[in-house]
Amino acid sequence: MVAPTKTKVEQNDGVAVMRFEGDITSASEDAVLGKYQKLPENTSKVVLDFSKVPYLNSSGIALVIQLMIAANKSSRTVACFGLSAHFVKVFKMLGLAKYTTISDNESAARAAGA
Amino acid sequence: MKDGPITTELRLPSRLGFEKVAMSTAATVAELMGFSQDRIEDLKTAVAESCINAIEHGNHLDEELSVVVTLTMDSKALEVCVRDHGPGVHQEVHVPDIDRKMHGEESARGMGMFLIQALVDEVEYVSEQAGSYARLVIRLKAEGAQGA
Repeated sequence: MVAPTKTKVEQNDGVAVMRFEGDITSASEDAVLGKYQKLPENTSKVVLDFSKVPYLNSSGIALVIQLMIAANKSSRTVACFGLSAHFVKVFKMLGLAKYTTISDNESAARAAGA
Repeated sequence: MKDGPITTELRLPSRLGFEKVAMSTAATVAELMGFSQDRIEDLKTAVAESCINAIEHGNHLDEELSVVVTLTMDSKALEVCVRDHGPGVHQEVHVPDIDRKMHGEESARGMGMFLIQALVDEVEYVSEQAGSYARLVIRLKAEGAQGA
């Protein structure tokens, strides 16, 4: 049995911070895309907090890409922080850094591309 | 203490999530061998992706079928074989194109085999009469990516 991913969303001044907790895998669609789809229309920036994500596989990364596609269509910027050094490398290998900033911490992620 | 290769074998149900059992075991073996933490992280992702492929595409999530993971360590390298009951991989490894994904021209998925190839020193996909296996090799002294 795979524990479900939890997502807490915090919104302030057009910035939505999605704080993931748990593994992000193919079973995380509601936690990633479902929560994204419920963001208010005035959201201009989405910050993804991976600091409580111990395991992310390629199916989970595909959900993050789908979120980025949706954000791109709505002219929203996406910023990530809290990834381990390994997953920073993986995100860069897969080219995600072209469509999202990857920061070490939340304040840098909030400031990125602002 | 035995001098030759030492083998550890796992039998996993074809259920997503159980790839983490193989991932943890591979990490433990790699730690015992003295791999650096960054190489262990590479190995964990490559082993997890291989097991997911075996569970999803090899055994089609049929929990009656097992995925067998064999880890063989010697003084120079760790070899991981991930066996399933499917016909095996008969395609080139697709290099994901983030621009095409972002524009809906290719699936957001389909990155596992690329990651496996990029993160270990050697990858081989072998088909047999009664199934197939992926063979991954990660070397203690990285001599640069040598490709599959």
